[in-house]
Amino acid sequence: MSIKGKSYIVGAYEHPTRKAPDKSVAQLHAEVAAGALADAGLSKEDVDGYFCAGDAPGMGPISMVDYLNLRVRHVDSTDTGGSSYLVHVGHAAEAIAAGKCNVALITLAGRPRSEGMATGTAPRQGNPAQPDLQWEYPYGPTVVNMYAMVAMRHMYEYGTTSEQLAWIKVAASHHAQHNPNAMLREVVTVEDVVNSPMVADPLHRLDCCVISDGGGALIVTRPEIAKSLKRPLVKLIGAGEATKGQMGGAVDLTYSAARVSGAAAFNEAGVTPADIRYASIYDSFTITVLVQLEDLGFCEKGQGGRFVADGNLISGVGKLPFNTDGGGLCNNHPANRGGMTKVIEAVRQVRGEAHPAVQVANCNLALAHGTGGQLGTRHGSGTLIMERE
Amino acid sequence: MTERTLPAPTPTPETEAFWAATRAGKFLVKTCTECQRAHWYPRALCPFCFADATEWREASGKGRIYSFSIMRRAPQPYAIAYVALEEGPMMMTNIVGCDFDRIAIGQPVRVELREAEGGFRVPVFTPG
Repeated sequence: MSIKGKSYIVGAYEHPTRKAPDKSVAQLHAEVAAGALADAGLSKEDVDGYFCAGDAPGMGPISMVDYLNLRVRHVDSTDTGGSSYLVHVGHAAEAIAAGKCNVALITLAGRPRSEGMATGTAPRQGNPAQPDLQWEYPYGPTVVNMYAMVAMRHMYEYGTTSEQLAWIKVAASHHAQHNPNAMLREVVTVEDVVNSPMVADPLHRLDCCVISDGGGALIVTRPEIAKSLKRPLVKLIGAGEATKGQMGGAVDLTYSAARVSGAAAFNEAGVTPADIRYASIYDSFTITVLVQLEDLGFCEKGQGGRFVADGNLISGVGKLPFNTDGGGLCNNHPANRGGMTKVIEAVRQVRGEAHPAVQVANCNLALAHGTGGQLGTRHGSGTLIMERE
Repeated sequence: MTERTLPAPTPTPETEAFWAATRAGKFLVKTCTECQRAHWYPRALCPFCFADATEWREASGKGRIYSFSIMRRAPQPYAIAYVALEEGPMMMTNIVGCDFDRIAIGQPVRVELREAEGGFRVPVFTPG
């Protein structure tokens, strides 16, 4: 069974806050849920499916459905890190197509900035039962040095340079200058990026995303309901998901699970990367974008550095406008999970509601993609393709 | 420069033999007696053929650096790496006892069982 054309994204809301010391995490979930419902023109009583991931406080959907006081007949708490929300949209489409729910609400929220979390630079002590923990924790794996090892290997195999990676941040900053809510609105240059302090070789401070509080929510529904609402129609035509690990020791850092999730989404949608007018690409780090672009098929493996250089990702300048909200690199990375904001900006683009300075003309086909977890060890991946109807 | 103290690993019943061996100066790798492939990290069931037939074998301790990164933004900078073992599998580790700026992909390294917190000895690698 295909989900192609069987559901629409009718509500999308990004919380304007980037620092919320005065709010609870549950409250932020409620605020984004209300925002997405208002955007769709639906009410809480219409929701009969609820989706959340590891950022939801308490016992996932049980706690959140209670707090939000929802009456649902379908829940899903799939957690693939920052890619969860892309996977949730695909799962919501499956549930809708199977008649398990009509109106699916997906929420994300968190406060890592207010809580002073050293998101990328401190090793995380997990549960000792986690099977990989004892083989990794003693060595100080952090988010940034795991992604850095991917970048180091990419440079070794393909000759990718720090300057090429820097172009990804430069493009994001060109977009963020138009977003009043973005954390970093100053336009930066390649020199600014490569001269910023080294965090974990070869990734500099400006190769890294921001740490922000906030959240976002989405509403997915069936065609009849979508067509009864007053919003531009954003039809879901392809969805893919995948995971990748260390393969029993046959580690290969040169590619990500996007190779699988992307191919599945393109196959379902019946389109190719050349057809895509706008792409939201998870940007936890510059290298994340580069590897995913290759794996999704926007360029050949190893050519990502050349592909992103010289402004090719800047709206109005390059061939593939990406992350026109400023992305995680400049705008927002709520709860350290960037998948939600990737979908939201893609919806804005397909609706024609992005900032006029970055809106892609005739944006009839967009892709949103995310990687959750560690690009270097184990991660989940979700790809969505949406079409304006 | 003083090097970062290694935190203690957290053994499970599946892995106690490994950590007991490192205390005795041996570096073990699990190999499947059905499909004959070595794997990392060590498991009771072979991650390739799923046979419940893996056994500990002493490894040569030799390998080459596949990738690495120097964690600069840390109280004591350290080098994390993936090392491809002579026996086949690749493992996460630290590169120690050298000038971090001279670490390179492809460089041959050998194991050192370094003292960690809690009286453990943890396999790290050094050039040579």
